[in-house]
Amino acid sequence: MNPVLIDLIWKGTVETVVMTLASGFISLIFGLPLGLLLVATARGGIAENLWLNRVIGSVVNGFRSVPFIILLVALIPVTRFIVGTALGTGAAIVPLSIAATPYFARIAEVSLREVPRGLIEAVEAMGASRWQVVREVLVPEALPGIIAGFTVTLVTLTGASAMAGAIGAGGLGDLAIRYGYQRFETTVMIVVVAILILLVCGLQFVGDRVVAALEKR
Amino acid sequence: MKHETRLVGAPVPTSGPEPVVALSGVTRAFGRTLALSGVSLSIAKGEILGLIGRSGAGKSTLIRCLNGLERPDSGSIRIDGQEITSLSDRELQPFRQKIGMVFQHFNLLSAKTVEDNIALPLKIAGVAKRDRLKRAGELLDLVGLSDKARAHPSALSGGQKQRVGIARALAANPALLLSDEATSALDPETTQSILDLMREINRSLGLTILLITHEMDVVRSIAGRVAVIDQGQIVEEGRVADVFARPVHAVTKSLLHGVRPQLPDFLSARLSPQGSGPALFSVDVTGEDAGLDFAARFADALGTTVTLVHGGVDHIQDQPVGRFFFRALARGDDIQAVAASHLARPNIHVELLGHEPGSH
Repeated sequence: MNPVLIDLIWKGTVETVVMTLASGFISLIFGLPLGLLLVATARGGIAENLWLNRVIGSVVNGFRSVPFIILLVALIPVTRFIVGTALGTGAAIVPLSIAATPYFARIAEVSLREVPRGLIEAVEAMGASRWQVVREVLVPEALPGIIAGFTVTLVTLTGASAMAGAIGAGGLGDLAIRYGYQRFETTVMIVVVAILILLVCGLQFVGDRVVAALEKR
Repeated sequence: MKHETRLVGAPVPTSGPEPVVALSGVTRAFGRTLALSGVSLSIAKGEILGLIGRSGAGKSTLIRCLNGLERPDSGSIRIDGQEITSLSDRELQPFRQKIGMVFQHFNLLSAKTVEDNIALPLKIAGVAKRDRLKRAGELLDLVGLSDKARAHPSALSGGQKQRVGIARALAANPALLLSDEATSALDPETTQSILDLMREINRSLGLTILLITHEMDVVRSIAGRVAVIDQGQIVEEGRVADVFARPVHAVTKSLLHGVRPQLPDFLSARLSPQGSGPALFSVDVTGEDAGLDFAARFADALGTTVTLVHGGVDHIQDQPVGRFFFRALARGDDIQAVAASHLARPNIHVELLGHEPGSH
């Protein structure tokens, strides 16, 4: 293969990995508290507040119902405000994070809700504050599910980052469309798809191992 | 040295010890259902009180009121001298460390090791890591699980999990141990070992225990006093041996069914209140008198043959409790009178149950 193409593929892989991990990390930082807030404010939660719960739930649903490609374009002004430009890998991280955060929040919410009520009450009965309940019970007990959900989020982000090529974000998806599809470079297409498969398998493998290690406790 | 000394820091003895728990007129309704209706109850220091009732009787609401997870609509709850109904949520948090709880389903945190589970109440109370792990070590010794400190709860058997649960409940030196159906998920043998452990703790630490259960056997093996709750009310209360010997309320009788001797159904089915046939009567007795030869005494007094039909002497802790059913061949009607004149003691209760058909 043309060394220029190999260079491009390498660059695209790095861009994809950077976009996925950066936006994944941001969605973890914001999505986990959001998931906790959803669980805590729900009926029977440790800080029941149905009004707040409904507001947060609606915002999360709103973001989740917009197709990513539209979110990508709609968020251009926001991206420009935060990053200074709407183009490139750095700029793509903004819409990717904004799309992934509510997604991960819902996944985390499901895991957090599975923590048995009895455990929470047992720790409340010891005199724990809400924050102690979160730190000692909710998060540690739900951790395997949260990590499994985070893995799913990263895999979804890997796919979504391909679409970010539409705003010139680079990455493997961009490469596949411009070279593989528009220039009929079948080899590029195959290599790109193969790399994506490897990335996804790698992420899933690592995620599964972490979950298994946590569950063995 | 005969002169009076007092250890520095030792508590000054108080006159008339205040009960560890004192409930008065506690009422809590959910919608139209009264979960608790004017419950008054007190538990003395060092006592084991069994609170027994069917599911839905109000036991869970009572527990949740005691640790402040639920607030009563009215009434007063004093724990270790502190009125808790007036405390705010934030004020309740440190107070809850005075109550150690043991749960039916153990409620151990799977993400923490055994020692970290036991140390958790101390972590919540802000005790330094070194000190709380030291305390966890001592408690593991107490419950006989020193080798499991670093294990996770998933590696333990049910009985071991409950031992950890008890150790955790003791971590913060509570004034009261609240056992919420702690043995209901365990097999009989394990149940006995957990009850033995609780009795041991009660004796060695002088810890007050409230034992909530639906099983009379549990009450009978370790409680000194029992309170029966039904439809949100305490319907019967007294020393375990007395309540076992002479239950008054229908719910108590039904809870005791199977734990104490009952007249076999085929016999009670053919009894009629009047008649000339053999009379059947019951004798309930507590204390040393349980060993009396009742058959001989009644035979002498009645001038007829009296035979034992069913029953025997049981021991509730160290107190003998007898329940016998006798058949008197003739003159059965005089039984109450005979009992009144010959066995007029407060600990003996004789009751004519009825007559069998006089076919032969």
